[in-house]
Amino acid sequence: MAVRVQREDFDIGAEIAAFRRADPGIGAIASFIGLVRDLNEGDAVAGMTLEHYPGMTEKALAGIVAEAKGRWDIIDALVIHRVGELKPLDQIVLVVVTGAHRGAAFAACEFIMDYLKTQAPFWKKEQTAQGARWVEARASDDQAAERWSGSQSK
Amino acid sequence: MSIRILYFARLREEMGIAQEMFEPPAAVSDVKSLRAQLAARGGASAVALAPGKAVRCSVNQDIARENTPVKAGDEIAFFPPVTGG
Repeated sequence: MAVRVQREDFDIGAEIAAFRRADPGIGAIASFIGLVRDLNEGDAVAGMTLEHYPGMTEKALAGIVAEAKGRWDIIDALVIHRVGELKPLDQIVLVVVTGAHRGAAFAACEFIMDYLKTQAPFWKKEQTAQGARWVEARASDDQAAERWSGSQSK
Repeated sequence: MSIRILYFARLREEMGIAQEMFEPPAAVSDVKSLRAQLAARGGASAVALAPGKAVRCSVNQDIARENTPVKAGDEIAFFPPVTGG
Protein backbone atom coordinates (compact mmCIF):
# COMPACT_ATOMS: atom_id res chain seq x y z
CA MET A 1 0.00 0.00 0.00
CA ALA A 2 1.20 3.48 -0.77
CA VAL A 3 -0.40 6.81 0.08
CA ARG A 4 1.20 10.16 -0.74
CA VAL A 5 0.14 13.77 -0.27
CA GLN A 6 2.36 16.14 -2.21
CA ARG A 7 2.58 19.55 -3.85
CA GLU A 8 4.41 18.26 -6.93
CA ASP A 9 2.78 16.88 -10.07
CA PHE A 10 2.96 13.13 -10.76
CA ASP A 11 3.85 11.11 -13.86
CA ILE A 12 1.17 8.47 -14.38
CA GLY A 13 3.35 6.17 -16.47
CA ALA A 14 6.26 6.29 -14.05
CA GLU A 15 4.00 5.80 -11.02
CA ILE A 16 2.25 2.76 -12.51
CA ALA A 17 5.51 1.22 -13.70
CA ALA A 18 7.05 1.62 -10.24
CA PHE A 19 3.93 0.32 -8.51
CA ARG A 20 3.78 -2.85 -10.67
CA ARG A 21 7.34 -3.75 -9.72
CA ALA A 22 7.31 -6.28 -12.59
CA ASP A 23 4.93 -8.53 -10.60
CA PRO A 24 3.73 -11.21 -13.07
CA GLY A 25 0.80 -11.99 -10.78
CA ILE A 26 -0.84 -8.70 -11.80
CA GLY A 27 -3.32 -9.25 -14.61
CA ALA A 28 -5.21 -5.99 -14.34
CA ILE A 29 -4.54 -2.39 -13.39
CA ALA A 30 -7.40 0.07 -12.94
CA SER A 31 -6.58 3.75 -12.53
CA PHE A 32 -8.37 7.05 -12.01
CA ILE A 33 -7.00 10.54 -12.51
CA GLY A 34 -8.88 13.58 -11.20
CA LEU A 35 -8.23 16.92 -12.94
CA VAL A 36 -8.88 20.61 -12.34
CA ARG A 37 -11.69 21.89 -14.59
CA ASP A 38 -12.04 25.49 -15.75
CA LEU A 39 -15.76 25.65 -14.90
CA ASN A 40 -17.69 25.00 -11.68
CA GLU A 41 -21.28 25.91 -10.77
CA GLY A 42 -21.46 27.94 -13.98
CA ASP A 43 -18.47 30.15 -13.21
CA ALA A 44 -15.06 30.23 -14.87
CA VAL A 45 -12.38 28.93 -12.50
CA ALA A 46 -8.91 30.46 -12.82
CA GLY A 47 -7.29 28.20 -10.24
CA MET A 48 -7.71 26.62 -6.85
CA THR A 49 -5.95 26.06 -3.56
CA LEU A 50 -6.15 22.62 -1.96
CA GLU A 51 -5.88 22.59 1.83
CA HIS A 52 -5.57 19.44 3.95
CA TYR A 53 -5.12 18.21 7.50
CA PRO A 54 -1.54 16.86 7.67
CA GLY A 55 -1.41 13.58 9.51
CA MET A 56 -5.12 12.86 9.41
CA THR A 57 -5.11 12.94 5.61
CA GLU A 58 -2.55 10.15 5.35
CA LYS A 59 -4.33 8.19 8.09
CA ALA A 60 -7.71 8.53 6.35
CA LEU A 61 -6.33 7.51 2.94
CA ALA A 62 -4.51 4.50 4.41
CA GLY A 63 -7.76 3.49 6.13
CA ILE A 64 -9.71 3.72 2.86
CA VAL A 65 -7.13 1.60 1.01
CA ALA A 66 -7.16 -0.97 3.83
CA GLU A 67 -10.95 -1.10 3.63
CA ALA A 68 -10.77 -1.68 -0.15
CA LYS A 69 -8.24 -4.48 0.32
CA GLY A 70 -10.56 -6.08 2.84
CA ARG A 71 -13.56 -5.91 0.54
CA TRP A 72 -12.06 -6.98 -2.79
CA ASP A 73 -9.51 -9.50 -3.93
CA ILE A 74 -6.95 -6.97 -5.15
CA ILE A 75 -3.17 -7.05 -4.91
CA ASP A 76 -2.45 -3.46 -3.89
CA ALA A 77 -3.54 0.16 -4.24
CA LEU A 78 -1.75 3.49 -4.65
CA VAL A 79 -3.23 6.90 -3.88
CA ILE A 80 -1.47 10.20 -4.66
CA HIS A 81 -3.26 13.47 -3.86
CA ARG A 82 -1.87 16.93 -4.53
CA VAL A 83 -2.24 20.00 -2.30
CA GLY A 84 -1.39 23.67 -2.72
CA GLU A 85 -1.95 25.88 -5.76
CA LEU A 86 -3.45 24.19 -8.83
CA LYS A 87 -4.83 25.48 -12.12
CA PRO A 88 -7.13 24.13 -14.84
CA LEU A 89 -5.67 21.09 -16.67
CA ASP A 90 -3.58 20.15 -13.61
CA GLN A 91 -3.77 16.65 -12.17
CA ILE A 92 -5.20 16.50 -8.63
CA VAL A 93 -5.47 12.86 -7.66
CA LEU A 94 -4.28 9.44 -8.85
CA VAL A 95 -5.67 6.08 -7.76
CA VAL A 96 -4.07 2.88 -9.07
CA VAL A 97 -5.34 -0.58 -8.15
CA THR A 98 -3.59 -3.79 -9.14
CA GLY A 99 -5.22 -7.21 -9.16
CA ALA A 100 -5.31 -10.56 -10.86
CA HIS A 101 -8.53 -9.67 -12.68
CA ARG A 102 -10.27 -6.49 -13.78
CA GLY A 103 -13.56 -6.78 -11.89
CA ALA A 104 -12.14 -6.32 -8.42
CA ALA A 105 -9.64 -3.69 -9.64
CA PHE A 106 -12.37 -1.55 -11.25
CA ALA A 107 -14.66 -1.80 -8.21
CA ALA A 108 -11.95 -1.08 -5.67
CA CYS A 109 -10.71 1.93 -7.67
CA GLU A 110 -14.21 3.44 -7.75
CA PHE A 111 -14.76 2.67 -4.07
CA ILE A 112 -11.49 4.38 -3.08
CA MET A 113 -12.45 7.54 -4.99
CA ASP A 114 -15.99 7.61 -3.60
CA TYR A 115 -14.71 7.28 -0.03
CA LEU A 116 -11.86 9.74 -0.58
CA LYS A 117 -14.41 12.33 -1.73
CA THR A 118 -16.40 12.08 1.50
CA GLN A 119 -13.88 10.96 4.16
CA ALA A 120 -10.43 12.37 3.43
CA PRO A 121 -9.80 15.86 4.90
CA PHE A 122 -9.13 17.97 1.80
CA TRP A 123 -10.82 21.29 0.98
CA LYS A 124 -10.82 23.22 -2.30
CA LYS A 125 -10.94 26.98 -2.55
CA GLU A 126 -11.40 28.18 -6.10
CA GLN A 127 -10.63 31.52 -7.69
CA THR A 128 -13.34 32.98 -9.92
CA ALA A 129 -13.98 36.41 -11.44
CA GLN A 130 -16.19 37.11 -8.39
CA GLY A 131 -13.32 36.32 -6.01
CA ALA A 132 -12.21 33.24 -4.07
CA ARG A 133 -14.82 30.83 -2.68
CA TRP A 134 -14.79 27.51 -0.83
CA VAL A 135 -16.17 24.63 -2.89
CA GLU A 136 -19.35 23.21 -1.34
CA ALA A 137 -19.63 19.47 -0.68
CA ARG A 138 -22.09 17.74 -3.02
CA ALA A 139 -24.97 15.52 -1.93
CA SER A 140 -24.21 13.34 -4.99
CA ASP A 141 -20.79 12.52 -3.50
CA ASP A 142 -22.42 11.35 -0.26
CA GLN A 143 -24.82 9.22 -2.29
CA ALA A 144 -21.95 7.74 -4.29
CA ALA A 145 -20.16 6.71 -1.08
CA GLU A 146 -23.40 5.50 0.53
CA ARG A 147 -24.05 2.91 -2.16
CA TRP A 148 -21.01 0.91 -1.02
CA SER A 149 -22.27 0.51 2.53
CA GLY A 150 -23.16 -3.06 3.23
CA SER A 151 -21.73 -4.35 -0.06
CA GLN A 152 -19.33 -7.21 0.43
CA SER A 153 -17.82 -8.32 -2.84
CA LYS A 154 -14.92 -10.48 -1.71
CA MET B 1 -4.69 19.48 31.02
CA SER B 2 -6.16 21.18 27.99
CA ILE B 3 -7.53 20.16 24.59
CA ARG B 4 -5.76 21.12 21.37
CA ILE B 5 -8.28 22.32 18.79
CA LEU B 6 -7.53 22.78 15.09
CA TYR B 7 -9.63 24.59 12.48
CA PHE B 8 -9.48 24.06 8.74
CA ALA B 9 -10.67 25.74 5.54
CA ARG B 10 -13.72 28.01 5.98
CA LEU B 11 -13.76 27.43 9.75
CA ARG B 12 -10.12 28.50 10.04
CA GLU B 13 -10.97 31.73 8.22
CA GLU B 14 -14.12 32.36 10.26
CA MET B 15 -12.32 31.69 13.55
CA GLY B 16 -9.35 33.79 12.49
CA ILE B 17 -6.99 31.16 13.97
CA ALA B 18 -5.69 27.77 12.83
CA GLN B 19 -5.48 26.29 16.33
CA GLU B 20 -5.90 26.98 20.02
CA MET B 21 -5.57 25.32 23.42
CA PHE B 22 -8.87 25.12 25.30
CA GLU B 23 -9.38 24.42 28.99
CA PRO B 24 -12.57 22.38 28.94
CA PRO B 25 -15.13 22.98 31.69
CA ALA B 26 -16.43 19.86 33.43
CA ALA B 27 -19.53 19.97 31.21
CA VAL B 28 -17.47 18.89 28.19
CA SER B 29 -17.67 15.14 27.66
CA ASP B 30 -18.15 14.70 23.93
CA VAL B 31 -17.93 16.52 20.59
CA LYS B 32 -21.42 18.00 20.92
CA SER B 33 -20.78 19.54 24.35
CA LEU B 34 -17.32 20.77 23.32
CA ARG B 35 -18.75 22.54 20.27
CA ALA B 36 -21.47 24.10 22.41
CA GLN B 37 -18.95 25.38 24.98
CA LEU B 38 -16.72 26.85 22.28
CA ALA B 39 -19.67 28.57 20.58
CA ALA B 40 -20.87 29.92 23.94
CA ARG B 41 -17.75 32.12 24.10
CA GLY B 42 -19.42 34.34 21.50
CA GLY B 43 -17.67 36.32 18.77
CA ALA B 44 -16.11 34.38 15.93
CA SER B 45 -16.66 31.06 17.76
CA ALA B 46 -20.41 31.66 17.94
CA VAL B 47 -20.56 32.36 14.20
CA ALA B 48 -18.25 29.58 12.97
CA LEU B 49 -19.71 26.86 15.22
CA ALA B 50 -23.34 28.04 15.27
CA PRO B 51 -25.91 25.25 15.60
CA GLY B 52 -27.22 24.17 12.22
CA LYS B 53 -24.00 24.97 10.34
CA ALA B 54 -22.46 22.05 8.48
CA VAL B 55 -19.44 21.39 10.71
CA ARG B 56 -17.53 18.10 10.78
CA CYS B 57 -15.21 17.00 13.54
CA SER B 58 -12.34 14.60 14.14
CA VAL B 59 -10.95 13.29 17.42
CA ASN B 60 -7.29 12.27 17.35
CA GLN B 61 -7.38 12.33 13.54
CA ASP B 62 -10.36 9.99 13.16
CA ILE B 63 -13.74 11.19 11.87
CA ALA B 64 -15.99 11.73 14.90
CA ARG B 65 -19.69 11.98 15.61
CA GLU B 66 -21.54 14.26 18.04
CA ASN B 67 -21.41 11.61 20.76
CA THR B 68 -17.71 10.75 20.33
CA PRO B 69 -16.03 11.18 23.76
CA VAL B 70 -13.58 14.05 24.24
CA LYS B 71 -10.99 14.17 27.01
CA ALA B 72 -8.00 16.23 28.07
CA GLY B 73 -4.97 15.68 25.87
CA ASP B 74 -7.03 14.93 22.73
CA GLU B 75 -6.44 16.59 19.36
CA ILE B 76 -9.78 17.82 18.07
CA ALA B 77 -10.41 19.40 14.67
CA PHE B 78 -13.46 21.22 13.33
CA PHE B 79 -13.90 21.69 9.59
CA PRO B 80 -16.50 21.93 6.79
CA PRO B 81 -17.62 18.86 4.80
CA VAL B 82 -14.62 17.69 2.77
CA THR B 83 -14.21 18.48 -0.95
CA GLY B 84 -11.07 16.71 -2.16
CA GLY B 85 -10.57 14.40 -5.14
